[in-house]
Amino acid sequence: MAYSDKVLDHYQNPRNVGSLDKDDPNVGTGVVGAPECGDVMKLQIKVDDHGSIVDAKFKTYGCGSAIASSSLATEWLKGTTVDAAAEIKNTQIVEELSLPPVKIHCSVLAEDAIKAAIEDWRKKQAAAKGAAAETK
Amino acid sequence: MKTPIYLDYSATTPCDPRVVQRMLPFFTETFGNAASRSHAFGWTAEAAVEEARSQVAQLLGAHPKEILWTSGSTEANNLAIKGTAQMYREKGNHLITAITEHKAVLDPMKHLETQGYEVTWLPVDRKGHVDLDQLRDAITDRTILVSLMAANNEIGTLHPLAEIGAICKQKGTLFHTDATQAAGKIPLDVEAQHVDLLSISAHKMYGPKGVGALYVRRKNPRVRLTSQMDGGGHERGMRSGTLNVTGIVGMGEAARICREEMATEVPKLMALRDRLEQRIMKALPDAVLNGDPQARLPHLTNISFPYVEGESLIMGIKEIAVSSGSACTSASLEPSYVLKGLGLGDELAHSSIRFSLGRFTTEQEVDFAADRLIAEVTRLREMSPLWEMVQEGVDLSQVKWTMH
Repeated sequence: MAYSDKVLDHYQNPRNVGSLDKDDPNVGTGVVGAPECGDVMKLQIKVDDHGSIVDAKFKTYGCGSAIASSSLATEWLKGTTVDAAAEIKNTQIVEELSLPPVKIHCSVLAEDAIKAAIEDWRKKQAAAKGAAAETK
Repeated sequence: MKTPIYLDYSATTPCDPRVVQRMLPFFTETFGNAASRSHAFGWTAEAAVEEARSQVAQLLGAHPKEILWTSGSTEANNLAIKGTAQMYREKGNHLITAITEHKAVLDPMKHLETQGYEVTWLPVDRKGHVDLDQLRDAITDRTILVSLMAANNEIGTLHPLAEIGAICKQKGTLFHTDATQAAGKIPLDVEAQHVDLLSISAHKMYGPKGVGALYVRRKNPRVRLTSQMDGGGHERGMRSGTLNVTGIVGMGEAARICREEMATEVPKLMALRDRLEQRIMKALPDAVLNGDPQARLPHLTNISFPYVEGESLIMGIKEIAVSSGSACTSASLEPSYVLKGLGLGDELAHSSIRFSLGRFTTEQEVDFAADRLIAEVTRLREMSPLWEMVQEGVDLSQVKWTMH
């Protein structure tokens, strides 16, 4: 199968590979996919007090398109806001990376990973606020 | 050393230059139709075809009259399976095969199932072997054919042909073996191994693509086939169609070289394969060897690399041409049914690579391939959330994954 230049670039030079402290209340972690399906993505965001994403990291087990989709997602996440991040659609990833139809699931997974990371961060924030309210 | 390095000889082989030399005159000078009985062009072509038939027969311990030319192993398998099933329909409607056979055996069997035949699909153990007692028990007086391959194309596991042949002979059923991967790599002898039908292909043994052969036993018992291609009555009426003289000549020469050089070639291949395997295993101790470490083809190794995915691995080692059992290399998104048939988890099947070495593989190429592979597996592991979890002591089998 022929890969687009952008997929190859992200695969060979993945952006933002790594991990953030998953216990940090400002960090949201999303892990989606399953080894049986051939892809697992872990995507993390670090959010400041203004709801801006100051850092994003990923680790992906999967094909080149899955790695490229998650790498691209972290690029888009850094510097944006949580609200804007929640609007990222898999179709934008498909378009940017010129993914063929059989690889569309990779982009869906990346969108799911973003949503899962945001969800995790929101839960942590709510829990922290709740805990703060109780101690008052 | 030139890259990319070809380590996919089980997919196809280059033609041996000696084969090409032997074939060349048959394109332009001695181009006759082997079925032309009225002039020298035809006689020359026929003589060349018969010489090739004899070369192929010798590789298998067969008589030349028992060799039937086809377009390749897929056609040979179709003819053997459908041809006997239809010919012996009065005897019964039962056939036996194993789940790890090539698609060119499985699909004709599935086709027969839609025509009122019954097929027993034998399971295999972790190494890829069928249980011979289970095979014996499966054969009834309505069984027409047992089809079990000589060597598996993905993992290289060798079936014990002589033992299977003896069981079939004793039970009075025909035995077909797809020897596409085995021919020229392990000794084949249709008499000693009690084989009734055997398929081979030229392009897996340094001959040209588009030509193959089916061995059909002539006595004890005389095997008859219903033809699947009707026409001019070539090949004793079992396979009509003008003979691919050039290709057949190439296949004959390829068979001759394999037979004459097997004794020196095979130990060399095995040493290179072991060198590759040991280098990889030493650097990546949690890599898993798939198949049978003993009873297997000399030139092939199939290894799974846990925590990295096969397609991304292949993408990273683009200087090396290999195959993967990964889903992503096929359109189906299903990982290798052969590896799954062994009982391998999907994640190991997804991360498997088949290396197959050949006549022109060098030590330098093997070392380069091993080093590139080790480097890429290491890089991808650093990127793998599964590897990270395992390093943190997480048991991956206990994780609740979100299926998609």
